[in-house]
Amino acid sequence: MLATGTAVDGGFSNQVLDAQIGFAALMNALSRPGTLQSPGIHVVPPSPLSAMTAIVALTLCDADTVVWLDETVNTSAVRDWLAFHTGTAITAEKELAQFAILDAVRSVADLQGFAAGSQEYPDRSTSIILQVAGFSSAQKFQLSGPGIKEVVSFAPEGLPEGFPDFWAANRALFPRGVDLIFTSKDQLAALPRTTRIDEKLGGHDVRSR
Amino acid sequence: MTLQDTGLAAYNFAYLDEQTKRMIRRAILKAIAIPGYQVPFASREMPMPYGWGTGGVQVTASIIGPEDVLKVIDQGSDDTTNAVSIRKFFEKTAGVETTTRTGEATVIQTRHRIPEAPLKEGQVLVYQVPIPEPLRFLEPRETETRKMHALEEYGLMHVKLYEDIARNGHIATTYAYPVKVEGRYVMDPSPTPKFDNPKMDNCAALQLFGAGREKRIYAIPPYTSVVSLDFEDHPFEVNRFEQPCALCGAEGVYLDEMILDDKGGRMFCCSDTDFCEERRGEAESVSASNGEIV
Repeated sequence: MLATGTAVDGGFSNQVLDAQIGFAALMNALSRPGTLQSPGIHVVPPSPLSAMTAIVALTLCDADTVVWLDETVNTSAVRDWLAFHTGTAITAEKELAQFAILDAVRSVADLQGFAAGSQEYPDRSTSIILQVAGFSSAQKFQLSGPGIKEVVSFAPEGLPEGFPDFWAANRALFPRGVDLIFTSKDQLAALPRTTRIDEKLGGHDVRSR
Repeated sequence: MTLQDTGLAAYNFAYLDEQTKRMIRRAILKAIAIPGYQVPFASREMPMPYGWGTGGVQVTASIIGPEDVLKVIDQGSDDTTNAVSIRKFFEKTAGVETTTRTGEATVIQTRHRIPEAPLKEGQVLVYQVPIPEPLRFLEPRETETRKMHALEEYGLMHVKLYEDIARNGHIATTYAYPVKVEGRYVMDPSPTPKFDNPKMDNCAALQLFGAGREKRIYAIPPYTSVVSLDFEDHPFEVNRFEQPCALCGAEGVYLDEMILDDKGGRMFCCSDTDFCEERRGEAESVSASNGEIV
C-alpha cells in the first residue's frame, strides 16, 4: 500500500473515460469562450496544482508535449507527479512550451514570451493554463467573437493590471497568438485567440447567457 | 469494468489508443482556436480504406463519450453503406447509442451533406473531408499553398471563380464551394453541395472537419461567420429546385434524383432521409387524427 500524497497517487481513476470527460469540457470551453465548464472528475494532484489544472494536464499532456511551469508551480512534487502521470517533458524556455501552467500572475509580463506560432503554422503556439481563485471578479469582461452568439460576461479573479491590453495585442496577432485556459478549484473556462474583450467595470450586471 | 463484462473486442474505447486521441484532441483544440486553419495531425491507419471517412472517424473517435448519441449520414442518407458501416463501427467499438434522428444526436458524422433540420447548441457536426486544401487544384505545392494562407493571398481562388463566369456566364462551382471563415481563412467546406453553405454560417453547433489521408483537421466554432466567395455583380446563389420532394412535398430542401425504371422514369426526393421520414410521419399522424384513411 502506498502512502497518500506520492507521485503515483491522485491521477484519473479511469484513464479512458475521465480523459474523454476532461476533453469534452475543454472543447466546450474553447468553442464557447467564457462559459464555465465543470467536468465532474476527481483527481488529487500535489499542491499548488489545482484539481482542474491537473485534469487539463492529464487530458492533453503526454510524452509528445513540452510543459513550462511558473515559479509557484515548479516544485519537485509537481514535476514528479506530471512525469509519472503524463510523461510530459518540462522546459525552462517559454518559447518551447506547448502548455504553460501559471499560478500567481503578478504582471502581464508573466503572460508574455510564450510561443505565438508562425504565420505558416499558427498552431505551433503555447496554450497557457492559468490558475485563478474563481470566476466572480468585480471586473467583468464582455466577450464577443467566434463561439459567442451575442455577448458573454466573464469575470476571472486576480488578473494582472493591463490584461485587456495584453489580450488586444494577442488578438491583433491573429492567426498567431496564445490561447488561455482558466482553471479554478472546480471549474474551467477558455479564451481562444479569436475572442474580443470589452472591459466592463463596476458591479452592475451585464448581459450574459 | 473488465473486458469480459463489456463484451467488447480487445481494443480501446472507440478503437483509437489514448495517445492517438490526445494528439487528435490537441489538434482539435487548436483548430477551434484558429477557425478555418488546417491543423496537421498524425493520421492513423484505420480499419477501413482512405476515402471511406477515416478522418471523420478519427475525429469522432476522439470526441465521443459513452453518453453521446451518434448519427452518421452519407449524402444525407442514414441508410447507405458508408453511414451504416461507420455507425456499426462505433456501436461495436464504443458501445454508444446511435440514432437516425437529427434532433436526438449529440454527434453527427457526415459525408457531403448538412442535415436540413437546424442544428442546436451542444451538437457537433463531424465532416469527412477528402481534399482539405481549397487551393490544391490551383496550386499543387503544399509549400506554396501554406504561404498563400499565411499571407492571406487568395486572388487565385477569385480568378478561378471569374474563369467560371467567363466560360459559363455564372459561377459553375456547385459543390466544395469555397468559403471564408471569420474574414480570414479560405476553407473547403468538403464536397457538400453549395446549397448547404449558408447553413455553416452562424451555426449553433460546433463543426469539425477531418481529412484522414491528407492528415488535416479544421474547425468552425459555433456562431462563426462563414461567407461563400462571390463577386458584387455575381453574388453567391444556392441551387433551386423546380418541384417539391416527391415523397414528403418539402420545398427549399436539397433533392436527389431517383431513377425509377429503364424508360426514363425519375423522381426527385429529399436527400436528407431523416428529414423526409419525419415529415411523412407527421403528415400521417395529422391525417390519422383527422379520421382520414391513410
